Amino acid sequence: MKYLHLIWAALFRSKTRTFLTLLSVVTAFLLFGMLDSVRVAFNTSANVAGTNRLITTSKLSITSSLPYRLQSQIESVPGVKKASYATWFGGIYQDPKNFFPNFAVGPGYMELYPEYVVPPEQLKAFYATQDGAIVGEALASKHGWKIGDTIPLQATIFPTKGSNNWNFKLVAIYRVNDNKRKGEENSLMFNWKYFDEANDYIKGQVHWYVIDVANADQSNQVAQAIDKLSDNSDHETKTQTEAAFNQAFFKQIGDIGMIVTSIMGAVFFTLLLLTGNTMAQAVRERIPELAVLKTIGFTNRSVLWLVLAEATLLVVLGGLIGLGLAALIMPGVSSASRGLIQLPSVPAATWGLGLALMLIIGVVVGLLPALRAMRLNIVDALAGR
Amino acid sequence: MSRARKWLSNAGVLLALIAGLVVWVMLPWYTVLALVVFLALWLALTRSGRLTLEAARIGISSLPQRWGASSVIVVGIAGVVGVLVAMLAMGAGFESTLKQTGNDSTAIILRGGSQAETNSVITRDQVPLVSALAGIARGADGRPAVSPELSQVVNMVTRADHTDANAQLRGVGEAAFALRPQVKITEGRRFESGKRELIIGQGARKQYVDQQFNDLKPGTQIELANQVWTVVGFFASGDSHDSELWADAETLASTYRRTAYQSITVKLDGKDGFNKLKASMAADPRLKLDVDTTRHYYAKQSENLSRFLRVLGIVIGAIMAVGAVFGALNTMYAAVAGRAREIATMRAIGFRGLPVVVAVMLETMLLALIGGLIGGLIAWLVFNGYSVSTLGNNFSQVMFQFKVSPDLLWNGIKWALGIGLVGGLFPALRAARLPVTEALRAA
Repeated sequence: MKYLHLIWAALFRSKTRTFLTLLSVVTAFLLFGMLDSVRVAFNTSANVAGTNRLITTSKLSITSSLPYRLQSQIESVPGVKKASYATWFGGIYQDPKNFFPNFAVGPGYMELYPEYVVPPEQLKAFYATQDGAIVGEALASKHGWKIGDTIPLQATIFPTKGSNNWNFKLVAIYRVNDNKRKGEENSLMFNWKYFDEANDYIKGQVHWYVIDVANADQSNQVAQAIDKLSDNSDHETKTQTEAAFNQAFFKQIGDIGMIVTSIMGAVFFTLLLLTGNTMAQAVRERIPELAVLKTIGFTNRSVLWLVLAEATLLVVLGGLIGLGLAALIMPGVSSASRGLIQLPSVPAATWGLGLALMLIIGVVVGLLPALRAMRLNIVDALAGR
Repeated sequence: MSRARKWLSNAGVLLALIAGLVVWVMLPWYTVLALVVFLALWLALTRSGRLTLEAARIGISSLPQRWGASSVIVVGIAGVVGVLVAMLAMGAGFESTLKQTGNDSTAIILRGGSQAETNSVITRDQVPLVSALAGIARGADGRPAVSPELSQVVNMVTRADHTDANAQLRGVGEAAFALRPQVKITEGRRFESGKRELIIGQGARKQYVDQQFNDLKPGTQIELANQVWTVVGFFASGDSHDSELWADAETLASTYRRTAYQSITVKLDGKDGFNKLKASMAADPRLKLDVDTTRHYYAKQSENLSRFLRVLGIVIGAIMAVGAVFGALNTMYAAVAGRAREIATMRAIGFRGLPVVVAVMLETMLLALIGGLIGGLIAWLVFNGYSVSTLGNNFSQVMFQFKVSPDLLWNGIKWALGIGLVGGLFPALRAARLPVTEALRAA
């Protein structure tokens, strides 16, 4: 640490060069921060969800419906604490571009998601209001909805009395406290009973059941017991943990991981080359100075460390600025992606991986110049040979 | 003080450059060609042009000695161009797969308000009403060319990791083949009506395996909806139908207890057919349906995702380009500093500012061009024809291939040259401004 001022001075020996290198490191880590956040979001959306919740869908396909009467059967399966159900509605608010998930939910659905915070009186109002709707805070603020507003939705699947126009009364707003899951504040839910009565097509059908298991260790047995209920019927079910369900869904969107990793590979290869080149250059220029350092008594080893520290400092500095910028930009990207990406910020996992990469890259690019500085022969270096 | 002014003026030049770059990337090829011709003429015909060529020749001939540093520019720009072209090729591939599916001579009818087939319901009694509308062409048998179709999302096992993916199972009749002449049976035969037989698109064949994880081939048995279906053939269509499974509409309806259709595809009668069909449909109050040409319908489906991929590609490309510009600046500044004496000597013996500036820039642009070509080549070699799949609008998988078109490669080259331009300009200006006496005395 006592040499910090020395390293700092060496770093800013050539301001333009250091500044340019710093900026290319910043851009690389800006890109890394954004892409890795997306990757983390796609991979961990599964992990953050409750582990003791099961989702039961039709085994035939995700779009097939299940009879509503399964509810009581599922609730009587040993190990099941609570169960509720939902039907996908898929309505459109004003313009298809405003897409957000909306579905009809059965009684007790909100209680299965304790992480969704709703004021108790609002929740009561929701169940009591026939055409009541509950929305997430993010969605409400995006469209400027307040409690008491009427939200018109255009049905894409289920007409009511021959028309596609449905109106819902906003009676409750939920919040998700976990910052990583703010994206879940983008849904609208309304009462299944109202949906069942008012839609022209289906009666007594639901798309999925959500089941709260008393003991997460028994999830597997409970899931099997639930699927057994409808074995060999025309509505066989497939029950999996919420995590597995989400993972399977995200996987279908495409091989995001492959694309992101290959882009990141290209970026880092370039970055390594740029910074490595600059460091080599910086050491080349400073050969006489390093020789002077050695003359006045710096050991070979401390010269090695000085150069290594300089490279690492440069990369870490640029990397931190880059990740910081990414954290600032992410909310904008999320809103511009129209719900495709839901990231309020750069997740901790990305910060951690980023820091590790900064240190590794710093050492890798600094190593060759540092070794060269260490092996300098004082006499030759001073003579400019 | 003067230092601050220099920074400010540099920043001003930078802003102007960015604006210039945006214009440059959007320039059509003939303008670029004209610029190149103009530059070549200037180089060949004027005195300062010839001096520039001489100066550039000296710089370029010393390139091999500085190969390590110069390769930073080449590799950096190759990285930018490679990533950019690959991302854009993915969007272009998806767009072209869906666009090829539709044309102007057929129309698709969905329930009013539905965005996609999965959401649509068309009752059986509406089919004869639709068939009677004006604007629908007649087939060879004299009957209206109308194909009512069912669409069912089914779970298929993926080849990649043996998990379930949503596949589209389309229930069709004879008319579907007549309306889509691009659908050709490549192996086996068509399904027979009334039997649980499937034909499978070539894309789906690549993506899925049967429930015992074996390749799909004629005779393979697949269980769908608790019933055993036999694969009897494979088809190729070169569009999004390649990702689908086809079966007899009536058999599908009875297996899945479906009483309604999802869509009706019709052949339009001449140029005016679409308007006539639309008008006559609107005139019948029993039909609350939407009609759209298949071209427009499929183009609309690709719109969101391909725009997303395009924006993503350009944003990532732009960020990387900024990084590459800094790399190029660094390298060229170092190159200019390393050759300060040489450049000063040239100026002392009569080379003026402009030839020196242009020569340094030509050198950078050459490196950038090499980088752009390498990046484009890599993107083409690795990604052209690379198949990926994603979840389409119908909640089912759509297979498509990356499409590295000459257009995209040309775009990539333009980006490379733009980066070279910015990366070379400042060092070039510095080379021209170097005080001759100081530079000669230095080092």
